[in-house]
Amino acid sequence: MTELVIIGGGPAGMSAAIAAYEAGIRDVLIIERDEALGGILQQCIHNGFGLHKFGEELTGPEYAWRYEKRVRELGIAFKLGTMVLDISKDKVITATNPEDGMFRIEARAIILAMGCRERSKGALNIAGTRPAGIYSAGTAQKYVNMKGYLPGKEIVILGSGDIGLIMARRMTLEGAKVKMVCELMPFSSGLARNIEQCLNDFDIPLKLSHTVVEIHGKERVEGVTIARVDENRKPIEETREFVPCDTLLLSVGLIPENELSKKIGVKLSPITGGAEVDEKRQTSVPGVFACGNVLHVHDLVDFVSEEAEIAGRAAAEYIMEEVAEMQEYVEIETDGRIRYTVPQKTLRGDDVTVFFRVGNVARNVKINVYSGERLVLTKRKSRVAPGEMESVVLSSEILESAKKLRFCLEEE
Amino acid sequence: MYDITVIGAGVIGGMIARELAKYELKICIVEREGDVAMGATRANSAIVHAGFDAAEGSLKARFNVRGSEMMEKVAEELGVKYKRNGSLVIGFCEEDLKTLKALEERGNKNGVRGLRIVSGEELFKIEPNLSKNVRYALYAPTGAIVCPYELTVAAIGNAMDNGADLKLDFEVTDIRKTDDGYDVISSGETVRTRYVINAAGLYSDRIAAMTGDSSFSVHPRRGEYILLDKECGSLVNTTVFRTPSKMGKGILISPTVDGNLLLGPTSEDMTDKEDRKTTAKGFEKVIKEAAEDVDGIPFNKVITSFCGLRAVGSTGDFIINSPFANFINVAGIESPGLTSAPAIAEYIVGLLEKNGAKLSRKKEHNPIRRPMHYFREASFEEKNEIIKRDKAFGRIVCRCEEVTEGEILEAIRTNPRPRDLDGVKRRTRAQMGRCQGGFCSPYIVELLAREMNIPYEEVTKFGGNSRVNLARTKGEA
Repeated sequence: MTELVIIGGGPAGMSAAIAAYEAGIRDVLIIERDEALGGILQQCIHNGFGLHKFGEELTGPEYAWRYEKRVRELGIAFKLGTMVLDISKDKVITATNPEDGMFRIEARAIILAMGCRERSKGALNIAGTRPAGIYSAGTAQKYVNMKGYLPGKEIVILGSGDIGLIMARRMTLEGAKVKMVCELMPFSSGLARNIEQCLNDFDIPLKLSHTVVEIHGKERVEGVTIARVDENRKPIEETREFVPCDTLLLSVGLIPENELSKKIGVKLSPITGGAEVDEKRQTSVPGVFACGNVLHVHDLVDFVSEEAEIAGRAAAEYIMEEVAEMQEYVEIETDGRIRYTVPQKTLRGDDVTVFFRVGNVARNVKINVYSGERLVLTKRKSRVAPGEMESVVLSSEILESAKKLRFCLEEE
Repeated sequence: MYDITVIGAGVIGGMIARELAKYELKICIVEREGDVAMGATRANSAIVHAGFDAAEGSLKARFNVRGSEMMEKVAEELGVKYKRNGSLVIGFCEEDLKTLKALEERGNKNGVRGLRIVSGEELFKIEPNLSKNVRYALYAPTGAIVCPYELTVAAIGNAMDNGADLKLDFEVTDIRKTDDGYDVISSGETVRTRYVINAAGLYSDRIAAMTGDSSFSVHPRRGEYILLDKECGSLVNTTVFRTPSKMGKGILISPTVDGNLLLGPTSEDMTDKEDRKTTAKGFEKVIKEAAEDVDGIPFNKVITSFCGLRAVGSTGDFIINSPFANFINVAGIESPGLTSAPAIAEYIVGLLEKNGAKLSRKKEHNPIRRPMHYFREASFEEKNEIIKRDKAFGRIVCRCEEVTEGEILEAIRTNPRPRDLDGVKRRTRAQMGRCQGGFCSPYIVELLAREMNIPYEEVTKFGGNSRVNLARTKGEA
């Protein structure tokens, strides 16, 4: 029996491990499928990480190393090149690697920190041919930053997610010509600073309300047909335009990778694609916690680390049986304009920070939190957007008197 | 000099080669593409039809029923996944019921076993997720599913294990009569052979014309498909067809042997034999019809869509004949071609003997091929034995389909050897899962480059100019 097993050695997994260790748990094991710790940060060689957490601009590998160094200093155990294949409902983990072969570990508590994957082309149903030269932005990032190869020279990017924006700049710096970034929505889902630093600084046009409707080329991509879309996101026939290129990069969304969570029987949110959790980031299965992009997709790794600390400490409490007596949760609902919150429910006692995302861009709005008919909290925002995660703090007083809270986005 | 040259490494050419490899014959398979199973075999419904569709007395009916009987054993010998899941032709109204009864009768005449009309509780017990509007169905318990490219890779691999040669990138440009057979000519190489078997799919009319036989033509019929995540394969148990009507055969909804859910195909007659574009219209049609037939299809779980071209012959039936001595056409093998393949192969043996070929059984012939998926299906302990011998089997490369480096390396080293990413995908399922190769393809490129001893940037998606990377970022780029 291992006290705490953490699935995933990226920023979430490492931060959770350190927090659990510091809360007194010594028997911690991180299982990582890659050959190194750090997760996707390894290939994020641009800077901009850590401003919130460390007050300085780090590259992805630098940010990861701060945590890896600590993991090593504390002597926290980790297995690399190890893939978890199954987790049973009674927390028996089945994994494999070249040295140990197939093995099983029973855990008292588990933290899920598997991260997310990119939405693939298949999910988009773009008409046309199936040539070489179509990559998700993250795959292209791996080829360029990790392998040292250039997957294309004349690029069109579909989707203005952050990885797409970062890759627009990277491909440009590596000598490719990035012709445009097309975004289906009338706004970008990427961070404002990335639009400025990755597109505007390089004169790369961002075509909002545009999509790729057809891919051309038999063996290698020879071009794409783009079109403007109407308010229902349907392509407008008369606006079709052929753009010659040899590569189409896709940055069209991230999906929390919860195949293992399903095997344990963790209840998932249909909106986030991640587990439903309480304020400790505990899932519907006692002793199973989730944090980072496997729970919901974050904008900044700094917030991933913070969330993982919550999960790490909570797992330690669980193991040391410091769990509060059975209480009723305060459930948190949203009005739809606010798409989801994390956590989705919380116990009373302490102040709790609730993170959320909106479904659409809106200006001069109020985030109103109601307990029944009663307005208990208002936060004013001059602008909200789906690409920027928001948060409010629910004070212990608010929670004390509430049974169910409703998060609403309302006009000023 | 070869005794037999088979033109075309699809399921038909592959099964014929495998059958003929049982005899003392020197066999060559020539294929214009860079891999086997690249034509109609690559993208079709993957169905072993029961055999009630084809008209009584047709070659289609004859080979369908026989092929359906043979397929299970063939699949077992070749280590190919096969599942007899049964099929349903569903009807919504009295008119459909009449058609279903006619199909049942035709099936009985064709020799299909176990056909019966089901309705009500029994129908929904077989297929609980059918639309509540479905009232009747023709149930065919012998209907089955198999993976067409897996079958073809295995058949050609087995033929090669028993001595056959495979020449890829061999596009036949001419065929010349010689004193004792034919010269089969490509731009790079000429193959001398006694007999030619024309199994060139969409191009079989062109091949026949090279010898002077212009008695038939073949045109492509497009079919667009949608494939859903493995989570969805259990939505239906059987293969669900619609009652054929004036509006055509309609689409089918079927689990695949690998647990995905397959929807399609559309049906559109074309002239361009290379046009495998998918269309927005086709996608909408498949989704609309599928949603009418089965409730609760999670269309947000689509992982890919694709288009196949069926080789439709001008006679309405399979075209299997010998217009000249030593030359055999196996053309126009549209549906139920996959099902018929083993039966056609068996028939070709007889046709060759009629053509004067002296066939004697090889003493040392092995009909068995180890399944490519043996590791995947091994027990915990067996897997550990294998990993102990070869550590590469402990390293998962494709996380979605859980494919190990050992399996990929073994596939790259096993006949017929894949030379590109798609070839590895068809053999191992790596890159075929929900992330569609996003995570694992850079690593598989590395394995291919290493095994083939070529630079990383020369590795292609499917041969030709389909390079995955165009340059190095540093150094001599």
